Amino acid sequence: MLALRGVEVRFGEVRAVADTNLDLAAGEMLAFLGPSGCGKSTLLRAIAGLEPLAAGTISLDGDDITADAPEARPFGLMFQDHALFPHRDVGQNVEFGLRMNEVASATRRERVGELLELVGLAGYERRAVTTLSGGEAQRVALARALAPAPRVLLLDEPLGSLDRHLRDRLIGELPAVLDATGTAAIHVTHDHDEAFALGDRVGVMHDGRLHQTDPPAEIWAAPRSLVVARILGHTNVIEGLDGIEVWRSDAAVMDPAGDVEATVERVHFRGVDHDVRLRTADGTSLRFVLATAPAVGSSVRLRINPARVIRFD
Amino acid sequence: MNRLFGFSTRSVLVVVPVVFIGAFFLYPIATILWRGLGGGGGETFLDLAASSRQRDIAWFTIWQAIASTVLTLAVGIPAASVVARLTARRQRLVRALVTVPFVLPTVVVAAAFTEVFSVIGLDDGAFRFRHTVWAILIAHVFFNYAVVVRAVGSYWASLDHRMEEAARALGARPWQAFREVTLPRLRPAVAAAAAIVFLFSFTSFGVVLILGGPRRATIETEIYRQAVTRVDLETAAALAALQLVAVLTLVVLSTRLEHRRLIVGRGARSSRRPASLGWRGGNLAIGLVLLGVPIGVLVERSFSTGGGYGLDHYEALGERARQLPAPATTALWNSVVFALAATAIAVLVGLLASLVVVHGRRGVARIFDLGLTLPLGTSAVTIGFGMLIALDEPPLDLRTSWWIIPIAHALVGVPFVVRTMVPVLRSIDPVLHEAAAVLGASPARARREVDVPIGMRGLVVGAGFAFAVSLGEFGATSFLPRRPENLTAPIALFRLLSTPGDLLQGQAMALSVVLMVLVATAVLVIESGRRGNEGLL
Repeated sequence: MLALRGVEVRFGEVRAVADTNLDLAAGEMLAFLGPSGCGKSTLLRAIAGLEPLAAGTISLDGDDITADAPEARPFGLMFQDHALFPHRDVGQNVEFGLRMNEVASATRRERVGELLELVGLAGYERRAVTTLSGGEAQRVALARALAPAPRVLLLDEPLGSLDRHLRDRLIGELPAVLDATGTAAIHVTHDHDEAFALGDRVGVMHDGRLHQTDPPAEIWAAPRSLVVARILGHTNVIEGLDGIEVWRSDAAVMDPAGDVEATVERVHFRGVDHDVRLRTADGTSLRFVLATAPAVGSSVRLRINPARVIRFD
Repeated sequence: MNRLFGFSTRSVLVVVPVVFIGAFFLYPIATILWRGLGGGGGETFLDLAASSRQRDIAWFTIWQAIASTVLTLAVGIPAASVVARLTARRQRLVRALVTVPFVLPTVVVAAAFTEVFSVIGLDDGAFRFRHTVWAILIAHVFFNYAVVVRAVGSYWASLDHRMEEAARALGARPWQAFREVTLPRLRPAVAAAAAIVFLFSFTSFGVVLILGGPRRATIETEIYRQAVTRVDLETAAALAALQLVAVLTLVVLSTRLEHRRLIVGRGARSSRRPASLGWRGGNLAIGLVLLGVPIGVLVERSFSTGGGYGLDHYEALGERARQLPAPATTALWNSVVFALAATAIAVLVGLLASLVVVHGRRGVARIFDLGLTLPLGTSAVTIGFGMLIALDEPPLDLRTSWWIIPIAHALVGVPFVVRTMVPVLRSIDPVLHEAAAVLGASPARARREVDVPIGMRGLVVGAGFAFAVSLGEFGATSFLPRRPENLTAPIALFRLLSTPGDLLQGQAMALSVVLMVLVATAVLVIESGRRGNEGLL
């Protein structure tokens, strides 16, 4: 449905996004993952029409929309800190896009009611946006973006400003809302857990380039480069004679017969399992998820499952 | 304040500004009101309503001020949109450049526009500009452009521009996004700027007197005509009372607006694209023509000697013209000395008053804040006229004193010092005092280490304004006793301009350029002392 070909965005001499290709299917959810400054927000803004392309094309259902103004594109956009209009109430905020599209006022009121109900804020129409909590503001922003029934919803770190509890709740609710409206979505985040939870596919970005785009389980199990592996949260990088190995955090079990010996430095209890940091005799730092917790300071032996090791030459 | 200062310090802080403002501002103002309301047995300002000439004058004063405000906003808001999207460094440069015209002496600007009209042949004939309302309006736009560009531009820059992007993504065309999202949020800044422009245009004196010609009168110039030309002090007092009531109402309204203005959005400057090339170019062209042409013509004329170019007019400044009691160079020297004295007074009074406004008890602080803004809104003519009729008998007989001029100038300067100091002092986080205290500084030491260096910046800015304002002050000075040792540069300039003759006009241009250079230097000092977008001015 949405297709990007050779997209490039420049800020003066700096290439913020370079040579990027992408296809998004109807109803699909895609997450862009990358460190801050990697160009993921810029790419999102370019898709929305807020940044001009230096090269490349963007097309929707085969029609070239590269030169279209932001208001002419059937996309919705959500910002990290909501960008709700402070001089308008909740209902007027949600209604804004409908009014711009010259929808009749009776229809508008009905649609605003529907959307507020969808995001769990039924009856909030006359509330001032300045009185909303962070989570409520984010739901209003979602309702506002969805009101004109966009084909694609673009989300720029929409959960970044929320506390963890609220984030977990919205991560649960967001896909349901998007499914209910049949909206495709592109989601930008620097948090790999969020990307895995909200993306049918995850695209890893670094230095303005989209390095790899695959379903979460596949990309995590088989990153195509070390850069991608690091961004996905892999930290156990072992440099050997015949190349570099990345040991996934689920690759180790404690076994007296194991051939890796390491000293336990820190244990972080996580409920079901433990996040354990260790250091080998040659100084390599390791981090694994283990079922049982070894004592801090003790020396343990680990067996590494070769099926959970990623190799780069 | 109780925490920061002891009782005796507190008394000095409060007493000095109260005595100064009381004796030299409130007492003269009260005298005007008393006499204007019929206290002296003469005409009251209600009687003025019966005179059709006075009704016409009042009406013209109001409508030209409204027209000036609308025109300035129409030219200034597009420019502000460009400035808001410049980098911080370029914003500072533009702010400094547009401020030069704002502080130019009114007489200099009037001289510049007179020359522009004669150069482009609009001083006579079918498309005459000189002595029309258009001349007045254009000059008001020239002066007040800076107010709109600075106030609206910096407020605009502080607004979160993603609101507009959200609107665009929701289907709003650029002008819809401006009307629906930008304009409502800009309203406090636009309203505050409009109030100031209206006030300045309403009380404009030198511009109307010179560019309007003999037939165009506002309340302000009519006070001058009645008091100085016709020596009808009762009618002048009645007019001044009318002017005061109108201005006080406006000042109270505009400070209200400004208090509301302080809700500033979170500034998000990331990847804000500059305005389009055509829009930037168009606004640059308008700004250059509006501000640059009059100044350019003025400079050109000051060097033009009929046959070619030379320094003749500048050299002539050292000789006494028949119309002047002393050479123009003496007037310049007087002006600089008066400005230094006025700045010293304004800084002392303004600093003490600012401390009261920031650290005083709420009620006292509010009264000080308002009381110190009043001289800014009150017309210079009212101040000069008030001093003329009030300070004429012992113990306060200052008419023969040299100090009357620096005191009058300081009155105009004090509000500038307060206006720049208060935001700076407010910006000092109390946490800094606590941090200093925890690190072992006594309260006095903490003040010295924290407040003094930070406050110094505001003080330099305020002092620069006070100096520039005093150098160019014309309205109040024109009422004060005329003696050779009191001759200031703007007064000398006015007299030269009022006399026909190419040689004197040339001298006037040269004197204007010298004044302009002095004032521009003060502005550059101001802008280099300023960090960020403190205050409205």
